Amino acid sequence: MYDVLIIGAGVVGCSIARELSGWKLRIGVVDKENDVAMGTSKANSGIAHAGFDAKTGTNKAIYNVLGAKMFPALSKELDFPYRQNGAFVLCFDESERGKLVELMEQGIRNGVKGLSILEGDQVRAMEPNVSDKVVAALYAETSGIVSPYEMTVAYAENAAVNGAEFLLNEEITGIQRTKHGFEVQMTDKTLFARAIVNCAGVFADEIYGMVSDKPLFSIVARKGEYCLLDKKCGGLTDKTLFQLPSAMGKGVLVAPTTHGNIIVGPTAQDIDNKEDVDTTFDGLNKAFDTATVSVPTLARRNIITQFAGLRAHPIGGDFIIGESEIENFFNVAGIESPGLTSAPAIAVDVAKQVADKLHADKNDKFVAQRRGIPCFAKMSDSEREALIATNPLYGRIVCRCENVTEGEIVDSIRRPVGATDLDGVKRRTRAGMGRCQMGFCTPRVMEILCRELGKDMTEITKYGKGSRIVVGRTE
Amino acid sequence: MTYRDIVIVGGGPAGLAAATAAYDAGSTDIVVLEREENLGGILNQCIHNGFGLHTFKEELTGPEYAARFEQLVYDRGIEYRLGSTVINVSDDKVVTYVSEKDGLQKIKAKAVVLTCGCRERPRGGINIAGARAAGIFSAGTAQKLVNIDGLMPGREVVILGSGDIGLIMARRMTFEGAKVKAVVELMPYSSGLNRNIVQCLNDFDIPLLFSHTVVDIKATNGRVSSVVIAQVDEKLQPIMSTAQEIPCDTLLLSVGLLPENELAGYAGVQLSPVTNGAIVDDQMMTSVEGIFECGNVLHVHDLVDYVSEESTHAGKCAAAYVQNGMTATEYVPTCGTNGVRYVVPQKIRKDTNYEQISLRMRVANAFRNVELAVLLDGEKIVSRKRPIVTPGEMETVVLNSEMVERVKHGSKLEVTLLGGTK
Repeated sequence: MYDVLIIGAGVVGCSIARELSGWKLRIGVVDKENDVAMGTSKANSGIAHAGFDAKTGTNKAIYNVLGAKMFPALSKELDFPYRQNGAFVLCFDESERGKLVELMEQGIRNGVKGLSILEGDQVRAMEPNVSDKVVAALYAETSGIVSPYEMTVAYAENAAVNGAEFLLNEEITGIQRTKHGFEVQMTDKTLFARAIVNCAGVFADEIYGMVSDKPLFSIVARKGEYCLLDKKCGGLTDKTLFQLPSAMGKGVLVAPTTHGNIIVGPTAQDIDNKEDVDTTFDGLNKAFDTATVSVPTLARRNIITQFAGLRAHPIGGDFIIGESEIENFFNVAGIESPGLTSAPAIAVDVAKQVADKLHADKNDKFVAQRRGIPCFAKMSDSEREALIATNPLYGRIVCRCENVTEGEIVDSIRRPVGATDLDGVKRRTRAGMGRCQMGFCTPRVMEILCRELGKDMTEITKYGKGSRIVVGRTE
Repeated sequence: MTYRDIVIVGGGPAGLAAATAAYDAGSTDIVVLEREENLGGILNQCIHNGFGLHTFKEELTGPEYAARFEQLVYDRGIEYRLGSTVINVSDDKVVTYVSEKDGLQKIKAKAVVLTCGCRERPRGGINIAGARAAGIFSAGTAQKLVNIDGLMPGREVVILGSGDIGLIMARRMTFEGAKVKAVVELMPYSSGLNRNIVQCLNDFDIPLLFSHTVVDIKATNGRVSSVVIAQVDEKLQPIMSTAQEIPCDTLLLSVGLLPENELAGYAGVQLSPVTNGAIVDDQMMTSVEGIFECGNVLHVHDLVDYVSEESTHAGKCAAAYVQNGMTATEYVPTCGTNGVRYVVPQKIRKDTNYEQISLRMRVANAFRNVELAVLLDGEKIVSRKRPIVTPGEMETVVLNSEMVERVKHGSKLEVTLLGGTK
C-alpha cells in the first residue's frame, strides 16, 4: 500500500515526488517508459521563462513567476544546469510595437522584474547576429535556460534518495476506487494507494477518465519540432530570442542551451496520436526558416540533430492543479509551457496539499542536497587530474565529441534511478549528444551498460521497449 | 610537463606513416598518442581487402595494411601510448592528453602532427525527417558492430548514400545473411569508388537508386519498421509523388565524412571551409608554425595508400622543421577553378626544398573526357587527360622538379578543368 502514487515521471511528477519525500509517506512514481523525463520533459525549449507571457491571474502566470524565482537556488541545491541569460521578444514591424508594450505591462502585473523595451540598435549592440529588421524588443533580464531532462533526473534522484520508489515500464491500465483509496492496475502488477497524483502529461485526461465519469478537462497533444546546432555556433546568441507570440504559443525561438549548443524551434501543430514524436520534413523546414527571421546567419549545415516533443495543451487553456472531485485524486494536468518553469512551484504547492490531506508528518531525515555527476568536460585541468587520481575511469574518454569519460557513464548507471539504456546515459552524461551523434561511442557505451547491468549486448536498448540496438550476433 | 620533439596525435595510418618518416629523417624523439586500445585506427574494422594496391602492389585487408605500418613503428622503437585521448593542443604546441594509466599529462612539443582522422556525418546533418528509433546507424558504426563486436545491426537494410563505407557495408551485411533492399543516392552519381559499386552491389544484385533520398523513417515499438524514399529533382528536392515505402528494420547512412578538427581549432589553426581541414603549405604545415596535418583530418581520402604517402611527406617535413626551423616567408597560393573544388596544399613556399610536390584535389561534379590542367599565372605547366572525373575519386597531379622550380617564381597556381562534358 502506497500513501501516494504519482503517475508520470516527467518534471512535474518527479518534482512532486521530491517535495513529497519531505514528508513521511510511502511514495511510488509510475511511468510507462524505461526512464524518467521520457515525454515532454526531454523535448522542449529548456527555458526558465520570466513570466510575462501568461494572462495575469491564471495558474500559468502565478506558478511561472513563483517558479522562475526558485531556479537560481534550486539549480544549486539539486545541481542541474541553469543560467540566467536574459531574453528578447523581437518585434519586426513598427505596427506591432504596441504588442510589446502590452506584454511588458502584463509582465509587470504578473510580478516580473527587470523588463524593459529596447530599440533595434540597442538589441543588436547586445546581440550582433539579430536581424537588421528588428525594430524593437522586450528585454526580460530574468529569463533563463535550463537542461530540462537533467533537471528531471536531479529531482528523481533526490526523491529516490529520500525514499520515493520508481516503478518504470509500468503502464496503467485501470484505476478503481476502494474504501481506503485506489486500486491501480498496471502492466505487471496491481498496487494500492491512498492518494493519486496524476501527472501523466498528454495522457492526463485518459488517466483521469479511469476514475471520473465526467472528466472536466481534455488534453490535446501539440507537437513542436526543433533543430539543434553544433557548439561551434554557440556564439550566435547569448540571449534567448523569441518572436511575438501567437494563439499557438510563444512561437519559434533561437536560444543557447546550457551546454553551449543553439536550439531552434518549436513549431506548433495539434496532432491526434499522442505517441507521435516523429519529425517531419515540413516541420523542420518551418522551424528553421522561421528562426532565420530572427538570426539570418543561422546555417543548416550546422544542424547536428532534430527532435520533436509534445506539449500537453489543456482545452481550457490554463494549468489544472489540485484535488479533483474524486477525493484524494489530484490532477496536475495541462502543464504545457511555462510548465518547466512552473514545476518547482507547483510541486511545493501540490506536495503540501497532498501531505495535508493525508495528515503526514515531516520527514526529518530529508536530504535536500543532490550532487550531480562530475562533468569532466567543464573542469579545469587540475580538477581533472584530481578526479582521475580518485578513479582512473575518469581518464578514459568514451564520447570524444563531448569529452565524456567512462567514470561519468558508470556513475550515471549506478546512481539511484540510474540509466539503463543508451539514451538514458546520453541525457545524464552527454555521451552521444555531440556532433557525431553517437557514431563513435555507441558500441563503447553498450559495453559499459552490459558490464554494469549484467546484460548481454543484444539486450541493450536505445530507450527501452523494443528499441534494441542490435538484433543478434553474426554467424 | 614533459618535452618531446614530435607529438603525433592519432595512431591510425596517417600517424604511423608520419612517425616512421619523421624517425627515418633523423628526429627520433617522438611519441604517438592514440585514443583507442590498438594502433591502426579505422583500418582495424575494415576487414575487407583492396588496401595497399599502390603502396605494396598487393591486396591487403585493412588490419593487414595497418600491421605493416605498425611493424615499422615497432622496429624503430617509436614510443606510442594507447587509450590516450588528446583533449587540447595549444598554439604554443602544448599537447594535453588523458589516459587511465597516465592521468592528465601535458607534453610540450617542437612539432605536432595532427592525424586525428575523420568522422561520419550523422542523420541530423542531412535533416532526414521521421522517427528517432533504434536501427539507424552511420555505416561505420554498423561496420564496427559487425566486424569488431560480432553483432548484427539488423536483418533488412536500406542504405542511404553510396559512399565507400556504405557500399562495403552493403556487401558485408549481405554476407552476414541480411537482406540489403536498396542503396539510395541523392546525387546522379556515386561518391564511392567504381570498383566498390561493381564488387559490393552489382555482384549481389543490390539496386542502386540515383537521384533518390530518404524522406521519412517509420518505426514500430522503438525500432525502424520502414523508410520512405523518393526521387529528387535537379535542385535535389524530393518529388513526393514518387514516394515509395520500403519495409526494413535498419537504415545505414553513408552520407559523407568530416575531418575531425576540434583540436586544430583549439590551437588556432586556420581551417578551409571547403575541405573542413587545415590550410597547409607544401610541407603540410598549418597556419600555426610547427603544427602539421595529414591524412583524413586534412581532407578526406578514398584510398589509404594516398594517406600513407601524404603522411610520410608530412612526417619528413615535421622532422626537417624540428631540425632546421622555419624559413618560409613567401608563398604561391594554389586554388581550384572551373569545377575543381579544392587543392591541397593550399600554398607552396617560394623557398620550398622539395623537388616534387603532389597536388591533391577533388572535382565538384562528374565530367567526361576532361583535361585536368595546372596553370601557373594563367599558363599551363602540366595537364592530364581523364576519361572521367567524379567527386568520389580524389585526383593527384605531381609537379616535378622543373615545374616546382617554375612555381617558385610564380604568383598563383591554379588547377582547372578544360573541356569535358557533365
